[in-house]
Order: sequence, then C-alpha cells, then structure tokens
Amino acid sequence: MASEKEQAAMAYWKENVRLLITLLIIWFIVSYGLGIILAPALNSIVIAGYPLGFWFAQQGAIYAFIVLIFVYVFKMNALDRKYDVHEE
Amino acid sequence: MDLALTTYLIVGATFVLYIGIAIWAKAGTTGEFYVAGKGVNPIANGMATAADWMSAASFISMAGLIAFLGYDASVYLMGWTGGYVLLALLLAPYLRKFGKFTVPEFIGDRFYSKTARVIAVIALIVASITYVIGQMKGIGVAFSRFLETSYEVGLFIGMAIVFFYAVIGGMKGITYTQIAQYCVMIFAYTIPAVFISLAITGNPLPQLGLGGTVSDGTYLLNKLDNILVDLGFSQYTAMKGSMLNMFFLTMSLMIGTAGLPHVIVRFFTVPRVRDARLSAGWTLIFIAILYTTAPAVGAMSFYNLINTVQPGPIGSEDGNLLYEDVPGWFSRWQETGLLAWEDKNDDGRIQYYNSDNAAFAPTAAEYGWEGNELTVDRDIMVMANPEIAQLPNWVIALTVAGGLAAALSTAAGLLMAISSSISHDLIKGVINPKISEKSELLAARIAMGSAVLVAGYLGLNPPGFAAQVVALAFGLAASSLFPVLMLGIFSRRMNSAGAIAGMLSGLTFTLIYVFTYKGWFFIPGTNTLPDTPEYWVMGIGPQAIGAIGALINVVVATLVSRATAPPPKDIQELVESIRVPRAS
Repeated sequence: MASEKEQAAMAYWKENVRLLITLLIIWFIVSYGLGIILAPALNSIVIAGYPLGFWFAQQGAIYAFIVLIFVYVFKMNALDRKYDVHEE
Repeated sequence: MDLALTTYLIVGATFVLYIGIAIWAKAGTTGEFYVAGKGVNPIANGMATAADWMSAASFISMAGLIAFLGYDASVYLMGWTGGYVLLALLLAPYLRKFGKFTVPEFIGDRFYSKTARVIAVIALIVASITYVIGQMKGIGVAFSRFLETSYEVGLFIGMAIVFFYAVIGGMKGITYTQIAQYCVMIFAYTIPAVFISLAITGNPLPQLGLGGTVSDGTYLLNKLDNILVDLGFSQYTAMKGSMLNMFFLTMSLMIGTAGLPHVIVRFFTVPRVRDARLSAGWTLIFIAILYTTAPAVGAMSFYNLINTVQPGPIGSEDGNLLYEDVPGWFSRWQETGLLAWEDKNDDGRIQYYNSDNAAFAPTAAEYGWEGNELTVDRDIMVMANPEIAQLPNWVIALTVAGGLAAALSTAAGLLMAISSSISHDLIKGVINPKISEKSELLAARIAMGSAVLVAGYLGLNPPGFAAQVVALAFGLAASSLFPVLMLGIFSRRMNSAGAIAGMLSGLTFTLIYVFTYKGWFFIPGTNTLPDTPEYWVMGIGPQAIGAIGALINVVVATLVSRATAPPPKDIQELVESIRVPRAS
C-alpha cells in the first residue's frame, strides 16, 4: 500500500501529464495541422488580407505558442497549490 | 554627421555599455560563474534567453530568407519558436528543480554514469562549436562591411569584448550583457520595420501591415503573389517544397531548439521552478517580437525591391527601371557586392525575373529579356532597410550595432556552455572530483578564455563546411540530447544502458544520413548521393532528419532499458523529487 503522500504525488503527476498532453495536442494542431498540412486548403480563405494558412504559419502559430506557455504557467501554479507542493 | 562616424559612435557606445556591465557583474563563486547565482528575475532571464537564442542569422539573414522563400520559410519561424513550448512543458521546470550547473551533469547523475555524461559533453561541444563559428564570422563580416576595418580586425575586437565580460563575469556577466544586447537588437530591428510598414501599407504595426493594402488598394500579399507569378516565380503565399519535408524540418528545428544546451542552461539561473516556467513564456514573447516582425520585413522589402526595378507594367518596353535612374542605396549596396546587375540584353534597364523557369522562357523572350540581370544577397533585406525607408543615419548605425549584439550575445552563451562542460563536467566531474571551489573557478575562467581563442581561430580560418554544420547542430541536439533529457524525467524506468544506447543510435543514424548527402566528415566531394530532393529518402532532406533520429533514440532507449535492470532506488527517488516543485 502506497502511503497517502505517495498517492498525492502520483495524482499530482497524473494531472500534470494530462495538462501537458492537452496543450501539446493544441501545439501540434496550430503548427503542423493548420500551418502545414491544411495550409494549402486554408489559403483559399482570406481574412484581413492574409491567406489563412499562410497567417497560421508565419504569425498565428507563434501567438498560439505564447498563449500555450502562459496557460501552462497559470494551470501549473494552481495545481501546485492544490496539491500543496508550491514553493512559497 | 557622416554615416561612418555615426556608426563608430553608436557601436562604440554599445561596447562601452557591455564592458561597464562586465565590471559591475563580476563572478565571485562557481555558482555565480555557472548559473549567475540562481538569482535572475524571470523576465530579465527571458530577455537574456531571447538574445542568447537569436543569432546573427536570425537578425541579419532571416527576413531575406523569408523574402525569397515566401511561405516555405515558415518552417524556420515555427521551428525556432515552437521549440520553446517543448522546453517549457517538458524540460525547463524539472531541470531547474534538479538544481545543478550543467546539462551533461543532469545526464550523468540521472543515468548514474560517467560514460553518459561524457557522451553528452561531446554532443554539446560539437553542436556549440559549429554554431559559434557562424557568430564569429558574423562579427567579422559586420565590421568589415560597415566599419571599414578588415575582417580580422573586426573579429579581434569582437573576441576581446566577449573575452572581457565572459571571463570576468561568467554566466552573471553574460546574463546582464545579454539583456542590454536584447534591447539594442530589438530597437534596431523594429524601428526600420515600423517605418517601412508605414511607407508601404500605412499601418505602423508590421504584423498588421503584412495583411494590409498597398497604394493601389489591393492587399500586399495578393499583389506580391500576382507580381511574382507574372515574373515567372511561384506564388509568395503558396507551398513550393514537399509537405513531408516541411513537416519533419519543422519538427527537427523544434526538438533541436529544445535540446540545445546553451538555451536550456539559461533556465538554471532563475530562483524557483515556477520562475523557470514563467521565464520560458517571457522568452517566447521577446523572441516573437522579432519573429513576427521578420515576415513583414521580408515581404515588404522584397515588394519594395521589385517595385523599384519594375516601376511600370511587366512586359511593357519602359516598364523596367533605367540603370541611370537607380536610387542611392542601390549603388551603395552594389559597391559591397551584395547587389549585382549585369545588362544581359543591353537595353540599359534592370530586369528581375525567374530565368530558371522553362515555362516562362517564351514570355521572357517575347519581352526581349535575355536572362535575369539582378542578383540580390538575402542579408540586404534587413541591412538596407533603413536606407530604403530613408531613415536618418543613426538608424542605419543602430542596425549595425543590432547585428553585432545578436552575434555577440549568442557567441557568449555558446562559449559559456562549452567552457562549463569542460571545467565542471570533465575536470570536476571526471578527472579531478576533489578540486577546490577556488581552483574550479580558475579552471572555468581558463576554459572560457581558451574557448574564446579557439572560436576566434575558427572564425579566422573557417572550415569550408561551416555552413552545413550549423544545420547539423540542430540535428545533433534533437537526436541525442533532447530525447534522453525527456526520458530521464518522464520515465522512471529509464536506465543508463538505455540512455547510452539511445544517444549513440540517434546520433549515429543522424550523422550517417547527413554525411551521405553532405560528404563524409564534411569533406567536399565524398558524398554518397547528390544533395537534391530527388535523392532524399521519401523527400526528407538531411536538415530535417533530426526528428527521425530523435524517434530512433526514444525507441532504442526504451527497448534497451526494458531488457536490462531498472535504475537503483536512489535514482528513482531523484526522478520523484524533480517532478515536484517544492524541496522535500
């Protein structure tokens, strides 16, 4: 039987990994999906002067990466507090 | 004031600033020398990391690369930014929690093996040395082009500056100079970009201007697509190369970025785990300011260049610019050899079109064109920008200072990674573990000084293969370091046999693939197959192979570790402890 502390550590790690997988799926979709694989098709849609596939590849994916890291930062800080492993 | 004098003054002022910071930020302990005493504010570290990361190539060459490749250059934009998501989520916080000084040190401790540590040192040194040659060349070229010194003198001045602040201040000195260098380079990059965006699209934000309209009311990108097609090129916004190659090249650049030791080690300098996560976010913001501006600079300066040489309708008799009417910047850049014109059809006018396109040849013949007459070096798109936008001399001078800041900051970061792997991993870790703190600090300074001298020597005598090897740096980092770092954190079962087998197989596979197309050990003419897309396996180029190498590394490491004994209990506890932020 794992101790209560070990169980909490395991649950914390599980939630962490689940968050990572979610964020990495989005990371993959905005860059490889919308920026490369679907780019030729999306280029027929023009928004604000940008063919959409081109916009994702040269602008949108980079903005999305920034948002992903900050979402990760806020979610992890909350998770650290929830499991009482934060650094304060 | 004349341009040369202004340039001397502004570049000189930035150098005085860097030296001043070095004197202020002297390192007194090994902790300060290797990781700046772990006391760097996460936003400040974000700026330093951005400067550390963005090299002479990012600053000077990338916009030009985008101009000539159009959409296909997106691989660099996404590849060199998306890697920070991997770094932030998969490596930085855990390696910060580990809390030691170098990347090979983590590999050595986690896999309880000096062999693994030495392999990591070798991968680190090969990747970093090849990278640093490019920075040294950048410094020499910037000096010889803009400050009217010789290449050698420029290189010596650059070496002296880096020597001064890196040897005295170590990581502490490098961190604070990198912050100053970031400010110099970002101002130098964005000011001309804002003005060229205003001039061409009327929008001061280049990121929005790229989607804006030009003087006749059509969208810039649409206009560029049409002009290029009319000149026999492919559309600017369309995919030209193989999608599979783009996919793997982007993946290799991302994994390579996340695995480059000189970047990873910057996240060892912040106080806490949560700061490492936050700092990665700030890093990407600071990088994105330049990386989202670059596509606008590329497209706009390219549009401006084409418009300058083709002011009238394409194909009409007087549609092309008469050479006697060229603007001042045109002739000035001709003198540097970065812009060249040859009047092939003797009409005294400049024709720029795609003469390699067989389908376009009849049209060109009909126009009376006898070959493309204009050759343009891609570096011009950034360096000539302020002149094209008719900005004052101090902006041109600032651009030179920015290019030098980009090269110096990256060179210093790389030299730091090289010298600490020698003094801390090889001398303290393997050769003489009993070395005192004071002697190690001295060894670190000597290693740093020697690394500067070696880099300078290689900058003076660049091996012919330097350009190819830069691409290899990413392949090496992607196929050797990133996978074992990640597995060391996310797989408790990963053991030393697995990690060593994984690193060696990923590395060997990548090297063999690269050598096949680039020449064995980069000796020209010894390549087994020609380096063209028809001969690449499934169209995947040698630059893009790092991602496959990384996959092989993971598979081999996992299989070997399952077939051998699990790591000792204390190592499993180490893995548990780096997974939670608070020390227990």
